[in-house]
Order: sequence, then C-alpha cells, then structure tokens
Amino acid sequence: MSFSAATTQPLRLNTTAGAAARSNDKVPSSLLMSKTPSFLGSTRKLRPGCVAAKPNAQRRSAVVSVSEAVKEKKASASTNLLITREEGLELYEDMVLGRAFEDMCAQMYYRGKMFGFVHLYNGQEAVSTGFIKLTKQEDTVVSTYRDHVHSLSKGVPAREVMSELFGKATGCCRGQGGSMHMFSKAHNLIGGFAFIGEGIPVATGAAFSSKYRREVLKQADCDHVTLAFFGDGTANNGQFFECLNMAALWKLPIVFVVENNLWAIGMSHLRATSDPEIWKKGPAFGMPGVHVDGMDVLKVREVAKEAIGRARRGEGPTLVECETYRFRGHSLADPDELRDPAEKAHYAARDPITALKKYIFEHNLASEQELKAIDKKIDEVLEDAVEFADESPLPPRSQLLENVFADPKGFGIGPDGRYRCEDPKFTQGTAKV
Amino acid sequence: MLGIIRQKLGAGSSSATMLGQLQRIRPAASALRSFSSSAKEQMTVRDALNSALDEEMSADPKVFLMGEEVGEYQGAYKITKGLLDKYGPERVLDTPITEAGFTGIGVGAAYYGLKPVVEFMTFNFSMQAIDHIINSAAKSNYMSAGQINVPIVFRGPNGAAAGVGAQHSQCYAAWFAAVPGLKVLAPYSSEDARGLLKAAIRDPDPVVFLENELLYGESFPVSAEVFDSSFCLPIGKAKIEREGKDITITAFSKMVGYALQAAEILAKEGINAEVINLRSIRPLDRATINTSVRKTNRLITVEEGFPQHGVGAEICASVVEESFGYLDAPVERVAGADVPMPYAANLERLAVPQIEDIVRAAKRACYRSVPLAASA
Repeated sequence: MSFSAATTQPLRLNTTAGAAARSNDKVPSSLLMSKTPSFLGSTRKLRPGCVAAKPNAQRRSAVVSVSEAVKEKKASASTNLLITREEGLELYEDMVLGRAFEDMCAQMYYRGKMFGFVHLYNGQEAVSTGFIKLTKQEDTVVSTYRDHVHSLSKGVPAREVMSELFGKATGCCRGQGGSMHMFSKAHNLIGGFAFIGEGIPVATGAAFSSKYRREVLKQADCDHVTLAFFGDGTANNGQFFECLNMAALWKLPIVFVVENNLWAIGMSHLRATSDPEIWKKGPAFGMPGVHVDGMDVLKVREVAKEAIGRARRGEGPTLVECETYRFRGHSLADPDELRDPAEKAHYAARDPITALKKYIFEHNLASEQELKAIDKKIDEVLEDAVEFADESPLPPRSQLLENVFADPKGFGIGPDGRYRCEDPKFTQGTAKV
Repeated sequence: MLGIIRQKLGAGSSSATMLGQLQRIRPAASALRSFSSSAKEQMTVRDALNSALDEEMSADPKVFLMGEEVGEYQGAYKITKGLLDKYGPERVLDTPITEAGFTGIGVGAAYYGLKPVVEFMTFNFSMQAIDHIINSAAKSNYMSAGQINVPIVFRGPNGAAAGVGAQHSQCYAAWFAAVPGLKVLAPYSSEDARGLLKAAIRDPDPVVFLENELLYGESFPVSAEVFDSSFCLPIGKAKIEREGKDITITAFSKMVGYALQAAEILAKEGINAEVINLRSIRPLDRATINTSVRKTNRLITVEEGFPQHGVGAEICASVVEESFGYLDAPVERVAGADVPMPYAANLERLAVPQIEDIVRAAKRACYRSVPLAASA
C-alpha cells in the first residue's frame, strides 16, 4: 500500500525548492522568449511584464521527498530536535483536541444531537495540525465536508463548532451552515465546501486576492497564504487541474494539501487513479510536488514550513500529498465494509498522536503527566462545548429569512452604509451614488 | 470631440496632463461624445456596457475583469475593448478556458472583498461553472450567517443567438432566478445596460447579468442623465416602457423590443398595450406588474426561454395570487418552443417568440381573436 516515493527524489526540500526557483530565474529569459514565437507555429510574442510571462521561466521545478528533507534537517540543525518543547505541546494539544472532538461528535450523533452527514477526521490529525498551526490568523484555510478539525486548528472555539453541529444559534454560522459548511471570517476559515473540488477554485481565488491586494491595491504587507485541503478523490476532479494550472501560471500564494486517506468513500485510490502518486502532478504544472507521511506530524510540519514559506515569499504554489488514513468510515452513515481490516490495523498502529507522544518522550520534551494534564484539559473543553451547545437556544423562527443577501432589499448599500432603497431618488434612477 | 472633452475636464490642467487624461478616458469617449448635442443622443448597448465597466473600474480599484478573451482579444464581443490597455493585465485577466476554475477563483476573490466581473463568453458556458455560481456564490452569505458576502458579477450574452444550434442558444433567466441568493438582471436598452451594470458591480451580492448578443450593436436614444458617471438603476425595479390601458405585456431583454413593436401594431387596431420591461428577474418587481394588471385586467408574458417553470410562469402565479379578481381573461404566456434550439433557420424562427405571436396572443386576450385559420 505504500508509495515508492524514493524513486524520484533528486532534490532536497529545505534547500531545493527555493534554490531551484532562483536558479531558474537565472535561466536567460531571452532564451525562453526567443523560443516562444516558434512554438507550434505561433508568432505571438509574450507581453513584457505580463503576468503570464514569468511563470514560464519556472517550468522546471523541484520534486522533493520529505524523508530526505527531515534527514537533512536533522543533520544540519544544531540540535537533533525538530520542535521545541512548547511547539511539541501545542501540536499535541491540537491533535488531541481534534481527536477527542470527533469522538464526541460520534457520541452526540448517535444520541441524536446532530444530524445529516457528519464526516469525522480521526487519524488525519497530523495533517491539519502540521499545516494549520504554522499559519497566521490572516492566512486562509479552505476545507471540505470533513472540516471540523481544520476549524479547530485554525482557532475557531470548540464551543462554536459543537454548537453549529447541534444546529444552535450560538454556532459559528448560527446553525445555518452545519457540519459540512463551517465559516469563520475572523479566523479566515472560508468554508466548508461539500462538493468534491468546489473548494479548490475558491481557495485559489482567496490566494489571488492576496496577490491582488499586494500588487494592485499596493498593500505591501499582504503576504497572506491560503491552504486548500482536499482528498485523494478530488485529485481526479477537473477543478483540481484547472487550479494547479492557474495557481502556477499566476504564481499565487497557495498550498494545495492533498489528504490522501486512500479511500474516496468506498472507492480505493488505486482503483480510481491512473497514477496514484498525486504529488507528481505538481511538477507537471510547474510547481513543486511533495510526498509526505501524513501520519507523522513532524514530517508534515517540515514540509508545510517550506511550502508556506515559499508561498509567503511570493515564490508560488506547492502541491503536497499527505499519505494518511481515516480511522472511521467516510461518514457516520458509512458501514465501512470495503476496507481491509489488515489495512486498518496497519494504519491504526501508526496513530499520529501516539507517534508524537513517543517523540516527545524520547526527547524528554515533556513528561507523561504533562500530556495527561493536556488530555484532561481537552476533556474539560469538550464537556464545556457540549454543555454550551446543548443549552444554547435554537435559531429563532425570524432567522430563517435572514442572510440570503448582504443587502436584502436588492438596491445596494450606499457609501454611508445605509440601504440605497431608502433614498427615494434611487428608485427613480436619479440618485447620485 | 476634442473640444467637448476639454470642456468636460475643465480648464486649468496643463496640456501634458490633459493628454494623459485624454487617453485615460478613451474607452468612454463614445459616451462623452453623445453629450455634445441634444439631450436624446444615441448609444449602442456595447458602448453602454463598456463605459459602465470602464467607469466602475476607474472608480474602485477592487473591481477587476476576468474571463476568456477579455484582454488582448478585447472581448469576444468587444465589450471589454480598451480596458486592458487602460488598466493592465493585473486587472483585466485573460483566463484559460476553465469556467469552473476561473469562476471559483472569482468567487474566492470576492470572499475577500474584491469585486470581480466574470465574463462568460456566452452564458451557455456558465453551465461549466454553475456549481460556483449557485453553491459557492449564492449560498455563502446564508451559510456563513452573513459573515461572508460575495460581491461578484457574472455577465455575458444570454438567450437565443442566430444559427448556432441547441447548445449555444438558450435563455438562463429562469434557471438563475430560481436560486435564492442571486440577483438576476436582464437589460434591454443602453440605459438599462449602463445603469444596471453599474448597480450590479456596486451591489454587495452576486449578480447574474444577462446580456443579449443580438442587442450589442443596437443603438438606443439616451438622456443626458445616463452619461453621468453616477448614473445607476435600481435592482428589483421594472420600467414601464410604454403606457397603455387595455393589456399588460411583460418582457425582458430582446423581447422588450418585440413587445414594443407588437404594441405599435396593436395600437393601430385600437388595442392600447402597456409594456413592462422587467429589468430585474430576481428580485421580481411584483408590485409594478400587479399594479399594471389591475389597471389593464389582462396579461401576456413574453420570454425566449422554455415555457415550463419559466419567468412567465412565475409572473402568472404572482398575478393569480395577488390580482386574481382583476383578471378579465386567461393569462397568455408567449415563450420559446419546448424543444432544444434547432439549427435550420426556418425552424429556429419558429422556436423563439416572434412579434406576430405577441400580437396574436394579445388579440386572444382581448377577445378579438382572428379566425383559427389565420392564426395557424
């Protein structure tokens, strides 16, 4: 079941992605330009300064393997540690929160407190934690229908997520979104997209807006990065390819994070995909493709650091394939009959939380008691979240028709912040606006 | 023309800055030219759209255009002519042929407060991207409980074109108007096109803006007011294009022209028709329609789209619900034939409403039906 990532790894992560980009910049652009006109008989010249002109100079890009990267890091770092004690505890807490939250969701679902489709994240925590804990508040996360844990990692309070799942007015979307549609503008979590591939263009658009704000609106400090999470099934969807192309073409600050849990409901990744190594699709579009062990939060974190850094420095997108596994069915309604028990056992033995714990103990970053204290704290957080959600009011009847439009009257909002429809001249078409 | 522009820009600027400004306003020059003589100048729908885009882009740097061939090609129908030169490739984005991808990118940019104007070469291609129009754009404000609004405009030619067959020739007004969270506009004249497009770009919600390729080149008289850069039409208000007392005809886009011509013919036969240009399909101006029907007691709806679950069906339901007691005759729906658009010119003509269809329906509603043989 494992991928042969080792077969094609000419470059190392920490040094190569940036260096390759830089060295490619030095490829005489005149060479590329002079070749262009004869391409397929076209006589068209690239516009100098045109956005499309630059990425062409970067056609070749780094393909890297994380194991190499981690080895490199280990060798070069002054200590042997990949994380500090504080970082270790933060990662541990976030992963335990994700795991315990989802376990609680299952309980609450079976008790009838939540309803509809509920997709749990158990087993994949290393991906969410490894990536999102490296982001700033201003960075954007775009998730899928399996979005609870991404929301938590991004900082949305457990109370608000639980309450949303309970369909209560205190939820992060006042009960109007639900399990598959988590939004929190304050945390720059912009969904929760329930359709395969739907979130990828929206995420690419969010990344586009960062670039636009920096380059057109001249907000020089806008270095915000977007993380687009999606699964292996999505990597066969056209929107994925469309956006790899445009993100590379326009050099957008985005990381495409594939959570390859090997199964799209009951469709095995190997049965659905001509070339199962998804990370290879990055170089095909002119961006680095990285394959990483998604059951190891430290490896994910190393890759994420490099990919997010690349995006923040304006060096363009990266495709990261995290090989992971979900410990539960596709959703709580999935009988999960097609996955081989041996396969499940194999990945259960590689539980990312256990692995992190082991690392923490081996390197004396924290004691067992300290981790137990975190476990206990999370238990309390969840108890509180459930109590909060349970006691919260249902959305009032009046809420039903709210929020269909930002401007429900349909006449636009004037610069004074008032509905234009309140200006009688506007309905006559004579208002000065 | 130079003199006019100079006047408009006012004295005091040096000739050097003058030249710069002159170039900057070039795409809107046709609009300015019309200012010169009488109040009722002519303007094409194409110029109306182009000048609206130009002015809104110049007023707000968050407004940008994206779509296929909007830049270097100057727009497949030349609606975006001159805008690339003026605003540069960062704000006039030529996209690859990836409707789902670039529409979603537009939506994502709008989540962050940018104001994309996404052009579909024709609305037929919006089917490739309908997931983003409906699921990502229209529903986000609601799903996020008002946290994320989506100020985006989807625009392009819609409706029956000529001789392009079934896949390139259909009206999507009823499709998009069925979705809560979308505003759907369908301009007819240059005044409509200019005023509604400016309103759509300024609106904080997703707007589907349905143009008509056969109207682009058509000129309409416009008043001086329309040239003002602050000119804007309200979303959700219909316009009574022609007042009458005997029968109400509702129409939108190209069909408004047909309805007006039908009204001329009917007037010669003593039937005084009131023609309502819907302008906004959603929100639908039910008040104006019902007020008119209560006056005329008769109603015909005209649209190019399919009859079943169409715009006419919705108007009919609204009138039956709100003004049933005022109706003196059954409502007549004039719509496209319930078939995919045929290619052959004679069949194509039969598949979309013609002026004589409207005239005939009006006569029926007024109980002045011509003999069956004549109407067949």
